[in-house]
Amino acid sequence: MDTLIQQFADTIRAAAENRRPLRICGGGSKSFYGNPATGEDFGVTGYRGIVDYEPTELVITARAGTPLAEIESTMREQGQMLGFEPPHFDGGATLGGCIAAGLSGPRRAAAGAARDFVLGLRLLDGRGTDLRFGGQVMKNVAGYDMSRLVTGSLGTLGLILEVSLKALPLPPAELTLACEMPRGEAIEMMNALAGQPLPVTATCHVEKRLYLRLAGAETAVKAAAKKIGGETMPNAAEFWRNVRDHRDLFFSGDGPVWRLSLTSTAPEIDLPGHQLVEWGGALRWLKTDAGAESVRKAAHKAGGHATLFRRGRHDTGAFHPLPEALMQLHRRVKQAMDPAGIFNRGRLYPEW
Amino acid sequence: MPETGVLFEREDVTPYECDGLSAYRQPPMVVALPENEAQVCEILETCHAMRVPVVARGAGTGLSGGALPLGNGVLLSLARLNNILAVDPLARTARVQPGVRNLAISEAAAPHGLYYAPDPSSQIACSIGGNVAENSGGVHCLKYGLTVHNILKLRVATIEGEIIELGGGGLDAAGYDLLALMTGSEGLLGVVTEITVKLLPRPESAQVVLAAFDDVGAAGQAVANVIAAGIIPAGMEMMDQPATLAVEPFVNAGYPTDAAGILLCESDGTREEVADETARIEKIMQDSGAHLVRVSRDEAERLKLWAGRKAAFPAVGRLSPDYYCMDGTIPRRRLAEVLRGIAAMEKKYALRCANVFHAGDGNLHPLILYDANDADQLQRAELFGAEILRLCIDVGGTITGEHGVGVEKIDSMCLQFGAAELETFHALKHAFDEHGLLNPGKAVPTLHRCAEFGRMHVHSGHEKFPELPRF
Ligand SMILES: Cc1cc2nc3c(=O)[nH]c(=O)nc-3n(C[C@H](O)[C@H](O)[C@H](O)COP(=O)(O)OP(=O)(O)OC[C@H]3O[C@@H](n4cnc5c(N)ncnc54)[C@H](O)[C@@H]3O)c2cc1C
Repeated sequence: MDTLIQQFADTIRAAAENRRPLRICGGGSKSFYGNPATGEDFGVTGYRGIVDYEPTELVITARAGTPLAEIESTMREQGQMLGFEPPHFDGGATLGGCIAAGLSGPRRAAAGAARDFVLGLRLLDGRGTDLRFGGQVMKNVAGYDMSRLVTGSLGTLGLILEVSLKALPLPPAELTLACEMPRGEAIEMMNALAGQPLPVTATCHVEKRLYLRLAGAETAVKAAAKKIGGETMPNAAEFWRNVRDHRDLFFSGDGPVWRLSLTSTAPEIDLPGHQLVEWGGALRWLKTDAGAESVRKAAHKAGGHATLFRRGRHDTGAFHPLPEALMQLHRRVKQAMDPAGIFNRGRLYPEW
Repeated sequence: MPETGVLFEREDVTPYECDGLSAYRQPPMVVALPENEAQVCEILETCHAMRVPVVARGAGTGLSGGALPLGNGVLLSLARLNNILAVDPLARTARVQPGVRNLAISEAAAPHGLYYAPDPSSQIACSIGGNVAENSGGVHCLKYGLTVHNILKLRVATIEGEIIELGGGGLDAAGYDLLALMTGSEGLLGVVTEITVKLLPRPESAQVVLAAFDDVGAAGQAVANVIAAGIIPAGMEMMDQPATLAVEPFVNAGYPTDAAGILLCESDGTREEVADETARIEKIMQDSGAHLVRVSRDEAERLKLWAGRKAAFPAVGRLSPDYYCMDGTIPRRRLAEVLRGIAAMEKKYALRCANVFHAGDGNLHPLILYDANDADQLQRAELFGAEILRLCIDVGGTITGEHGVGVEKIDSMCLQFGAAELETFHALKHAFDEHGLLNPGKAVPTLHRCAEFGRMHVHSGHEKFPELPRF
């Protein structure tokens, strides 16, 4: 494995010297996400395998090329899970891609995001230097929080080699309630429930129906279900997996899909098309023919930002434009980590 | 700036000469007490133009000397920016200024059945701005997270005096996660001028289990057993015998002082959850060899059991003129070994040490007892502390779990990180603060300093730095 890292580092150094960009390729499950990157394909999935897993320490460390499915099944055997419920999309997702994209699934609002579970990582920066930040312990404030900075940076700051993640126990019981409800009312209800001490671990509103997932001790789940009301949904695990991986019918078709991350209480987005609401109202998926400008404006007005998640026919940038001062700062951060600008050029913002 | 907002007479600046780590003192050249964000920006812009270093200060409760002033610099106190700007009970957020006390946020949220989860023991005094700068934790952070997990948005003044917004109204923001990077950056990257925090619903009920062990190793194993059973307790604290002996006469919490170590393990949630979890925890403690297990029967008893833990620092403080609080984190399975190591160091340095421990997340707080009036004791205490940190690194842990590096642990940073990582930190700092004016000399040592200190960390024994770079 060390020779593999050596090879990666050599490739990176050569690319930096010749200012030849590299497009880091993991499992390819999220290749649609972000802007198209320029450069030579740089396959890194050979660096794989679980390095260390101590269930009682609540920590798992694995190499970036490890399939997410392998990590999750290993954890499941020990009664544990990744708390942020990462999407797998078409199934080939690797740990490295999962952390580089930083996307989280239905449990996000209740348990935290990908970056919240990252305890440490090892990466090769744009000079091919092998760096380790954070560690395998729950609390660590020595040095800047590079691990969380790298999470979600879409491979633009370095090649992730290894990641240590905090594990969570699988809930002993889980149950999903469903009921008919208009969207506006559902958003209100999601927010109202989140303000009460109830074990709600996921929410979704799609096609005029509200879905609430409860999880925890059997007694607690039953008591909460009784308090909230609604019918218990069969095959709920499959439903949530489909929402997580965008295999729900809502996501079918070739049109653009927007991801709006907003203040959870924001009223319904007043744009034509279809909407799916998650994360207690803080995440709205939007299928619309409306122009990019108007979607971005609506997101901004609702306290958040809009990502063109699936491009459709749009040729606009995937991510919400940043104010100038912040954009300058981004460039400088990128420069600090990847001075030759070789990693995934254009993937996050087309200009770099 | 109003005249009352600028202090420079010796007697006026002296109260700012140190933070909670009083062994280091340095009166600042000037203290600036802005009353609003615009003034913060102006001060920074001026300092930037004149190349004068700036040290931000919240409440000054930091334990690593992070807010230690510079004799040639401005101490920027955020104390007067102390308004709670908005509480949104439906969205469960509060927008506050940096000088607001941690506990004041929970107090403002209480009428809505909400609270701000991170609860450092210093919460009646410390500021939320300081919490962000240190990424502070508390007794409940195993379950509810650190500061970084509980904030949504920051307004930050750059050294140029410009405002940037990090994070947003939603659960994420476009671009890099600079919100996370800013959190825990100890005032080196920017000055936080406004914070939007997440509020959580108050749990319906809570119960604490007290378990006493004849052996600290068994107590450590009990912690692992609780986790292995799939329980994430709301809090899991451990105190060793020197700590309980100090606390008990002071608080009468009802701790068995004959035990080598005690655990406090709290469950919170719905009534059903708590009943279920408490019963399981009780059983695990018994099966793990606890010779005494007690469950709080009512809120009064629960608070009393916690009162002892909360008073641990002041109680230890009564045993000795001074104590030095360390803050390493270790993998929990190495606990017994680390405590044995610390016991050996007590002999080596001829100083006593009591251990208070966020056992759930492996965060140790050894309290080294000494007398600061005795220069030799002070020096021994510092060496003792540094050796504990070294041990934390050796067992795979870190030199600071929540108190930050500041000036205190700057040399230990040379042990934890290699030259390449430290260089990355400097490059990043440069991206935010080209001239190194924000809190210079803290948190990240120069390579030169590490070379002087004589040690660089060697990763897993095979990566060496034979020629230490010297600038
Ligand atoms: C008795 C006691 C118990 C404690 N218990 C805990 C505990 O349980 N958990 C824990 O994590 N900590 C604990 N601490 C440490 C301390 O309270 C925390 O680190 C706290 O967050 C510091 O807040 P402060 O407002 O006092 O910050 P200060 O001490 O004033 O400053 C701390 C650092 O933050 C920077 N800073 C302050 N405000 C800003 C700002 N607005 N923008 C940018 N930088 C800023 C300063 O430059 C400095 O580097 C304890 C301290 C004491 C004395």
